[in-house]
Amino acid sequence: MTRNSKPLSPKAFGSIKENNPRIFTTTAATRLRQFFFWTIFGLITLFCLWRTGFFDLPTIIEGLDKLGDVFRFMLPPAHNGWLWEFLYAILETLAMAFLGTLLASIAALPLGFLGAKNVIPTFLFHFGLRRFFDGIRGVDALIWALIFVSVVGLGPFAGILAIAVSDTGTLAKLYAEAIENVDKKQIEGVKASGANNVQIMRYAIFPQIFPVLLSNSLYYFESNTRSATILGIVGAGGIGLQLSDRIKINNWDEASFIICLILITVFLIDTLSKEIRSLIINETR
Amino acid sequence: MTTNITTQDPVAAFEAAQSELRRQRRLTNISFIIAFSLAIAISFYVGEVRIDKILADLPGLFTYIQGTLPDIHPQTAMADIGEWYWAFPQWLVLLFDTIIIAFLGTLLGTVSAFFICFPASRNLIRSTWIYFLSRRLMEIARSVPELVYAMIFVFAFGLGPFPGVLAIAIHSCGALGKLFSEVNENLDEDDIEGVMATGANWFQTIRYAVVPQVMPNFVSYALLRFEINVRAASVIGFVGAGGIGQELMFVIRQFVYQDISAIVLMIICTVAVIDVICEKLRHKIITGKALV
Repeated sequence: MTRNSKPLSPKAFGSIKENNPRIFTTTAATRLRQFFFWTIFGLITLFCLWRTGFFDLPTIIEGLDKLGDVFRFMLPPAHNGWLWEFLYAILETLAMAFLGTLLASIAALPLGFLGAKNVIPTFLFHFGLRRFFDGIRGVDALIWALIFVSVVGLGPFAGILAIAVSDTGTLAKLYAEAIENVDKKQIEGVKASGANNVQIMRYAIFPQIFPVLLSNSLYYFESNTRSATILGIVGAGGIGLQLSDRIKINNWDEASFIICLILITVFLIDTLSKEIRSLIINETR
Repeated sequence: MTTNITTQDPVAAFEAAQSELRRQRRLTNISFIIAFSLAIAISFYVGEVRIDKILADLPGLFTYIQGTLPDIHPQTAMADIGEWYWAFPQWLVLLFDTIIIAFLGTLLGTVSAFFICFPASRNLIRSTWIYFLSRRLMEIARSVPELVYAMIFVFAFGLGPFPGVLAIAIHSCGALGKLFSEVNENLDEDDIEGVMATGANWFQTIRYAVVPQVMPNFVSYALLRFEINVRAASVIGFVGAGGIGQELMFVIRQFVYQDISAIVLMIICTVAVIDVICEKLRHKIITGKALV
């Protein structure tokens, strides 16, 4: 990145501009369209800012003051003798993410087969099933957690179910796509050896999709660890319960300690799952 | 081993080597299975999963689902749906607020990510400490869940959509900033050199060489983030940060069964419509058509 050439003189630039008018001018219609777009966009944004209270300056200034206090109270993070409870809650969070992902992976496998175009060619069936998956996916895990808390009661079990249900939709969709993308030649080869349908699934389709399934499941374990940390806010167990309790009673130094614990856990799980995924990919190659 | 092969029968040597390989393979498999079952056992214990409790809860789950379904009779279908959605106008306003929270959160997040992504790109910045600082800042912004930010901001600014917008904006800034800087790191260096050769300073180089190249990708990522943020905004009300979440939490906690399905269905439809619109727009951008 060296700058050894002189800048273009304004005169030379002017002559380029004169000789190529098409490049340097936009048509009136385009300009008008852009003007309208940005005006409307700006007005909408202003309306949204007004609606969400961005123009309520006294509240904001007072809030910023309070926020400053919060940060002062947060430092330094302290566990105040609750370390083992926090660590157990982290373990509970991991258990929720692990079992939730495991359940979702198991449930998504048959659903994925049913949702794949090349397994069941009826358009209406797989279209309906796919929309059903999308519907489950559209509901956040936290909503499921709230619902399961009122069905099975407070505790990590509600969180496991919430993660399992919300991820079944996503994983089933991904599995169905993986199954649709399998190489047909291997199916033909196995079929030519006289295999029946189940054997074709076992020996031609399954080995092809297995690495995809495993790496997707691992990836979702990673992301579920993140979401499991907050499920406790609605009472579904894990570290989120501890965190929301601390925030409710303004125990900010313990809250910031828990936030640090969450960050460390997420970082460790990310690293671990990245290692395992690269191991799987190398193995199958 | 190598000395043995020369003296031994080659077939026997092959068999020995293969059985050794198999043994090793079996050993790794077995240790993997043991570790996996151990993880399951610990998770069952810590996660308080008990089979007898599951069996006892199962009927409750079905009654719950049954309870949320509206009773619509063919003869009075319209009136029944009207009764099911008895608070439709109020919910629509709350849903509108939810979309506004997601929109503003995405907009503010995108704008701040736009400003922080250039110093966080390895190929655009020489100063190591500015690069390091902006990277760490983005990491903190995206690693803390939105809901945690929301809880803190609700404490500071009070109930309402304002803390929700801030929480989503900060999280989006971190997530988008990372994606944006990755886009920057993959760009064509020739353009930068060309603009620098005209004597442009750092800001002019960014404006005329980098921004035109990366803008379509940025907008596409921002739209993707908007889809994610609509989902996030639907639950941010659980901690009092505005939108439909607060109402949803109320009806679930109070067991107003039919309202639960009504509101959840509205959320699903909104998310689906926004997904479709955003996908259309993104497709338009990726294929190189101008939006305006």
